[in-house]
Amino acid sequence: MGISLDTIKKNPGYSVHIVKTAQYKTNTLVLKMKAPLKHETATYRSLLPYILQSNTATYKSTPLLRSYLDELYGASFYVDVAKKGEYQIISFVLEIANEKFLHNSEPLLEKGIAFLADVLFNPNKDGESFDVATFNNEKRSLQQRIQSIYDDKMRYATTRLVEVMCDDEPYGIDASGDVESLGSITKESLYSYYKKALLEDEMDVYVIGDINEVEVHKLIDQHFKLPNREPVRMKSEQKKVSEVKEKIEEMDVKQGKLNIGYRTHIVYGDPEYYALQVFNGIFGGFSHSKLFINVREKASLAYYAASRLESHKGLLMVMSGIESANYDQAVNIIHEQMNDMKQGNFTDEELSQTKAVIKNQLLETVDSARGLVEILYHNVVSGYAVSLEEWLKKTEAITKEEIVAVAQKVELDTIYFMKGTEV
Amino acid sequence: MEKITFEQLQEDIFHEKMTNGLEVFILPKKGFNKSFATFTTKYGSIDNRFIPLGKEDYAKVPDGIAHFLEHKLFEKEDGDVFQQFSKQGASANAFTSFTRTAYLFSSTADFDLNLKTLIDFVQDPYFSEKTVEKEKGIIGQEIKMYDDNPDWRLYFGTIENMYHNHPVKIDIAGTVETIAEITKDLLYECYETFYHPSNMLLFIVGPVEPEEIMEKIRNNQDGKEFQPPQEIKRQFETEPSDVAMKDRTLHMSVQTPKIMLGIKSPDPDLSGQELLKKELTVSILLEMLLGKSSPIHEELYMNGLIDQTFSYDFTQEAGFGFALIGGDTKHPDELTAKLKQILFEAKTGKGISEESMKRVIKKRIGLFLRSLNSPEYIANQFTRYAFNDMNLFDVVPVLEQIEFKDVKATTEKLIDEKFITVCQVLPK
Repeated sequence: MGISLDTIKKNPGYSVHIVKTAQYKTNTLVLKMKAPLKHETATYRSLLPYILQSNTATYKSTPLLRSYLDELYGASFYVDVAKKGEYQIISFVLEIANEKFLHNSEPLLEKGIAFLADVLFNPNKDGESFDVATFNNEKRSLQQRIQSIYDDKMRYATTRLVEVMCDDEPYGIDASGDVESLGSITKESLYSYYKKALLEDEMDVYVIGDINEVEVHKLIDQHFKLPNREPVRMKSEQKKVSEVKEKIEEMDVKQGKLNIGYRTHIVYGDPEYYALQVFNGIFGGFSHSKLFINVREKASLAYYAASRLESHKGLLMVMSGIESANYDQAVNIIHEQMNDMKQGNFTDEELSQTKAVIKNQLLETVDSARGLVEILYHNVVSGYAVSLEEWLKKTEAITKEEIVAVAQKVELDTIYFMKGTEV
Repeated sequence: MEKITFEQLQEDIFHEKMTNGLEVFILPKKGFNKSFATFTTKYGSIDNRFIPLGKEDYAKVPDGIAHFLEHKLFEKEDGDVFQQFSKQGASANAFTSFTRTAYLFSSTADFDLNLKTLIDFVQDPYFSEKTVEKEKGIIGQEIKMYDDNPDWRLYFGTIENMYHNHPVKIDIAGTVETIAEITKDLLYECYETFYHPSNMLLFIVGPVEPEEIMEKIRNNQDGKEFQPPQEIKRQFETEPSDVAMKDRTLHMSVQTPKIMLGIKSPDPDLSGQELLKKELTVSILLEMLLGKSSPIHEELYMNGLIDQTFSYDFTQEAGFGFALIGGDTKHPDELTAKLKQILFEAKTGKGISEESMKRVIKKRIGLFLRSLNSPEYIANQFTRYAFNDMNLFDVVPVLEQIEFKDVKATTEKLIDEKFITVCQVLPK
């Protein structure tokens, strides 16, 4: 079984993670920048990577930059902003063909590393500010991106649940930022934030592929020079639920969107985390889970009825799309499934089935270079080094009692329902 | 069993046609944890008028029945097949497109057992009135979920604009009204007609031993009884070449308007190498004109007409084909006018050049290599290509053959006012 592990080298200011594997026809480079999720900086961090990826001082326009990537056999390059627990993480991802599958060998990996460094350290600037046209365009584009969350009602309902549930916690902040803060950002203030982020963010570089480790380290050392820093570590606050919130909002939708949030008080790195994963699998993570069977298959109320974990904040979130008139029935069925979990009303078969599927899911995730990076990055976010073998072994050993103990800790926090106007 | 080798890509494919007509392909992938198998019938939402097996006259079936059948095939007298896959540590799924219904699983252990489960459940239907009625509630919610999704509404709105008669314009899942007409007998009729092994393809990719797997499939198929293969007779009404509607506006609860411009393919009856070349040539044209490395994209972006959601795509299969271009925009009318102008100017040579074509081809080759990392992509695309008499692994050689005069000829033929339509989603 090919389970890849990263070798980690600490450089001044950042860590380099390398996974050498012959599995892919491409090499993947990922740069991650991590900082605490805060209202004052969320929109800055959401805008910044889109400015940096547009152009650089070397490739002064998007067509020039993108033509260069095309020349590198269509290297794929994109950025992403996400939250993990109460951190906001910026990712730059470059996937580039491995030269050994091409007729004309070019040093593509070397060019890729140099390109990523150019994007990060050599922006298209004008004194102490970003290029005005680039700035204005990306600002407008981000505004549309923030607004588009509202346009996709399934996604908007999920966002609303988190906003209502965590209204006084950093986790309630959307990683895309907000339109109001965006209005106050200038090309100068963003540039000074960029300088600050380069000095303070926790930075990690991942290189995955059929590569020569010594050579890659040499190239990274040469292109990525950063000062040392002491990254800020945050422990997500685990809030006790004092009162269950119920929020019903009317919107112009044909289908009601039901989203329910729970607090598990367990995060990645905790001893009970593996039992929590199995708990979620039996409860709602898969198509053999209680939610799917009871809400969809037995009651015929929904097409989707599932749950997922936010591993670094310790939240469990249920989502389902139903007829607005069936709200009470759906909520009751979901409550019954949770009660069954708390009372240990699940079979050994459900338990072993769930373990088998979790194992399969983990192994499948690491079959893609991007999936592998996401699994490995959990360790950076949590500060615990968990190997995939350990993860698999601990999952296998979970008992029914441990799951019931986890279920007992799970507290209902908020029921959010986006109700159709037609009913 | 034959072995087909693709030197440059360092891949081998093993192929065999079973005596009952089933086509089987195996692509061994060393180093992967995951094995992936798709079992696909050449039967999708457009196949709604055909001669049922054993009958003589054409019959029309309700919209959405192929997709409904896909849902119901998972349910058996003794329970749900999803459960069985989970017990065996596999994750199963299925999808229905315009032309195909695919059943699939991925697993990192017990591959042989999971493969047997896949083949056996697809080849052993169990439909009852009770379970058919129950499914109408579930699929009704699936339809409503899509009804609330503005991008899906825009996509189907554009296709509906293009076609007068062709069933590609019908939503794959049907409507709440049409699925109400579905019965267990109708499901059996569709099943018997389209799920004959001679109309199906099994594709396996993963860390597997091809000889061993092929032997198991052979034994499995030889142990089952099937009717002799019979040609499936499908019927499609004549489709005029022009679009049915020039424009359509949908009002939804959105903050940012969306537009999609559709170009209806004027020669939708190509197949094999001709179709492959056509698809790739149009894709190159669109990428050259509108891709992120083009000056036109930069201009649209700088003028605030498009954002990151802007995209373009071309797809064609037997009987239909279209290009779709669009995204979110604050200026829907201006963007529409501008896109039309760009397309017509391309006929005079503006925005396209031999040099940019070469760059785009290079990019497409890289993209193709990258997509070979994904077992899902390989299995799904290989099947789609095979059903249209194309070979996925011909993509690189065909790309290398495309000349600038091909791009110009394609542009000349494709860009015509009568093939163009626009759909908009505007805030209420």
